[in-house]
Amino acid sequence: MTVGLGHYLTVAAILFVFGVFGIFLNRKNVIIILMSIELMLLAVNINLVAFSTFQGDMAGQVLAMFVLTVAAAEAAIGLAILVVYFRSRGSIAVEDINQMKG
Amino acid sequence: MFEIALTDMVFYLFAAVTVASGVLVISARNPVHSVLWLILAFFSAAGLFVLMGAEFLAMLLVVVYVGAVAVLFLFVVMMLDINFTELRQGMLQHLPLGGLIGLVLLGELVALSSAWYFGEDVAKNAASPTPAAEAASNTEALGQLLYTDYIFIFQTAGLILLVAMIGAIVLTLRDRPGVRRQNISAQVNRRPEEAFELVDVETGKGVSLPGKKG
Repeated sequence: MTVGLGHYLTVAAILFVFGVFGIFLNRKNVIIILMSIELMLLAVNINLVAFSTFQGDMAGQVLAMFVLTVAAAEAAIGLAILVVYFRSRGSIAVEDINQMKG
Repeated sequence: MFEIALTDMVFYLFAAVTVASGVLVISARNPVHSVLWLILAFFSAAGLFVLMGAEFLAMLLVVVYVGAVAVLFLFVVMMLDINFTELRQGMLQHLPLGGLIGLVLLGELVALSSAWYFGEDVAKNAASPTPAAEAASNTEALGQLLYTDYIFIFQTAGLILLVAMIGAIVLTLRDRPGVRRQNISAQVNRRPEEAFELVDVETGKGVSLPGKKG
């Protein structure tokens, strides 16, 4: 059984599910949640590149590159917000963040 | 009978490492280990990209993710003094619901991808067909597309990165009062007459320094 599109899609699906599962598992730790989001974006990128390759269409790889760009920006901003929040609170527990209202 | 092509074996190796390190990212006790597993996941995903013929994206993944994003995560994890054992309390409380949702999602995704097939005329309708490997390398083909058809989106991506950079700096920059910094213009503008003064000291009396009492 040669490796085809379905194999890559399956790997991406498993990785995406672990990303979702990581958010449920580490409800309190924002850093792990951010890492889970990175995992999910990586899974999406694997999907995009797999379709791009097996369909013979370069546009998918261009889109994957833009996803990469946005993911990098998101990680930078997310971690900056995290650092600012930790300075003012001394904690990164997600449950405390709802105290910011008002 | 057990004849598996080399590329298939390499695929299974990279896929297994990617998935296993994905599991360890979310389950590692120490967040520093999580980041290191994340780096391994990105690395082996880059291997999968190479197998699919997307060498440029694989390179980008290693350079941008392993080199920048993962190191940024590592910095933040090590910089913040966080009690992680406290954060892990009640972790298994959401395990049943999360596991259920994960299983359903996985089932749906695998069902979808295993039933997938391309239509007859899909190659005809490609937005930007991949050139033959002899005609242009992957990097060259991507560049040809990026600087022609997708130039405005490319510029916008640069703008997004600029905004993210400025935003991150603005968010984390803080003006701490009471910090002594070097003021170069004040140093350069100092004149001799305000910097020192000559005092005749009478024997046995001493001097009172300006700015100091006594």
